Amino acid sequence: MSPVLMQGDEACAEGAIAAGCTFFAGYPITPATEIAEHMARRLPQVGGVFIQMEDEIASIAAVIGAAVGGAKAMTATSGPGFSLMQENIGYAAMAEIPCVIVDVQRLGPSTGRPTSPSQGDVMQARWGTHGDHPIIALAPASVRETFDLTVAAFNFAERYRTPVILLMDEVIGHMREGVELPDPAAIERIERAETLVPPEWYKPYENLPSDVPPLIPFGQGYRYHITGLHHDERGYPTERLDEINPWLERIFRKIQRNLSDILLYEEDGVEGARTLVVAYGVVARAARHAVRMARQRGRKVGLLKLQTLWPFPEEVVEQAARSARRVIVPELNLGQLVLEVERVVGRERVRRVNRADGELIKPSDILAAMA
Amino acid sequence: MDRTEIRIAGTGGQGVILAGILLAEAAVRDGKQVVQTQAYGPSARGSASRSEVIISDQEIDYPEVLDADILLCLSQDACDRYASRLKKGGMLILDTTHVYRAPLIGAVRVPITELARQATGREITANMVALGLLVGLTGVVSRESLEAAVRARAPDGTVEINLKALEVGLEYAHRLGQG
Repeated sequence: MSPVLMQGDEACAEGAIAAGCTFFAGYPITPATEIAEHMARRLPQVGGVFIQMEDEIASIAAVIGAAVGGAKAMTATSGPGFSLMQENIGYAAMAEIPCVIVDVQRLGPSTGRPTSPSQGDVMQARWGTHGDHPIIALAPASVRETFDLTVAAFNFAERYRTPVILLMDEVIGHMREGVELPDPAAIERIERAETLVPPEWYKPYENLPSDVPPLIPFGQGYRYHITGLHHDERGYPTERLDEINPWLERIFRKIQRNLSDILLYEEDGVEGARTLVVAYGVVARAARHAVRMARQRGRKVGLLKLQTLWPFPEEVVEQAARSARRVIVPELNLGQLVLEVERVVGRERVRRVNRADGELIKPSDILAAMA
Repeated sequence: MDRTEIRIAGTGGQGVILAGILLAEAAVRDGKQVVQTQAYGPSARGSASRSEVIISDQEIDYPEVLDADILLCLSQDACDRYASRLKKGGMLILDTTHVYRAPLIGAVRVPITELARQATGREITANMVALGLLVGLTGVVSRESLEAAVRARAPDGTVEINLKALEVGLEYAHRLGQG
């Protein structure tokens, strides 16, 4: 296949289709609208369903409903819509519903600057919905990576029965690059797990050795209950501590024991580096440029590009920073993921580079922090 | 070819983003690496708008213009804002239909919008005249790929008029080259 010029938002939609997504519900918002537009064109071609809902709360609710019905389902929004979706993202985490929520970050707070990039929703992706819960969040740095990480988001959602958040940004969403997409036959697709047990034995929240009980779609004769309340293994509300605690431990354990699968990242010259740059999303591209320039000047500089932001890759960062006297964390916010980096490597070595006015961090800004 | 940075700047409604997309599409057809980005305000028309295209034989890291090799200004505001940020030895192209106050540095001054009006009767094709001019003067993409890009991406029913405007720009560049 020869390269084609493709927009990041379009690559997200194509990634979703390639992953087997058959349902999209959303509400238009800059800079995520192009995802909805593309899904509205593509889903009917593959026998899927596109619905424009009345708002973002309804959108995520419809996505959860479609997922319970057996579909691979997605919605896409930006900051203001992502805020509205938070309660139901918690519902999906509580009920363990696989689904993908795309947030193409724009400058906030509130309506902010709709056409400007930001990484201001990193902590919101982790803690935007209330209560203790695990979450997976991925951040692409190119059009091709947007395709790949959208596929990964669907696969993680199905494999671990969890909502997955794709954290894009306005530049990645709107920019166009020449890309060569992979052969569809070569793309790994994780499908909804099945069960061998008959309906009367089925427990949707059973404490199985795998920690991920299969979710059998409604309408196949398996009758069970779904609720946002703490629930027992059959899904009915409970106040028993010997049911709440094992559930809570299990939903964290199912992520924690699979970190080697979930943590996606790229290392470039981190071995023996005296300076390490930790970056993600569009900023990783300024970081790569800066690292290249610094090496031309004879500096031993490494780059750790994070694709999985949540769960935070503690050991990966710790290992990559082992030889570094300085760890630089550039972000399009006033310091969010850097809090995690500081927690892992200590504040003394960390230098922040921040910008939250809607303009990109430039390679020279990162170079200056190396001086 | 190492990184070539092109910035096309004007006002929302002039088609600067489409011009950037077509240039990027042509670069892909030429087998180049390319990144195209844009910046525009929340309104569809009237506010500052710019499109940036980076073309290279190598992987492109930073996706926006650092120091433009080629700057095309379709409005006074764009010229005021960006002319001082052109790379030394870079090429500045001005649409003198809209830019009345130009910097002292060397510039290619062409009444782009006026040419579009004469050739097609529609000012809205100025972006195509500008694109033809830019490519004719710099050769950043091949003429064949540019025309193919227009055929592939111009809105339905506008391919011919856009190709005609493109031709006007290419021809004008050719005549400038012959001095």
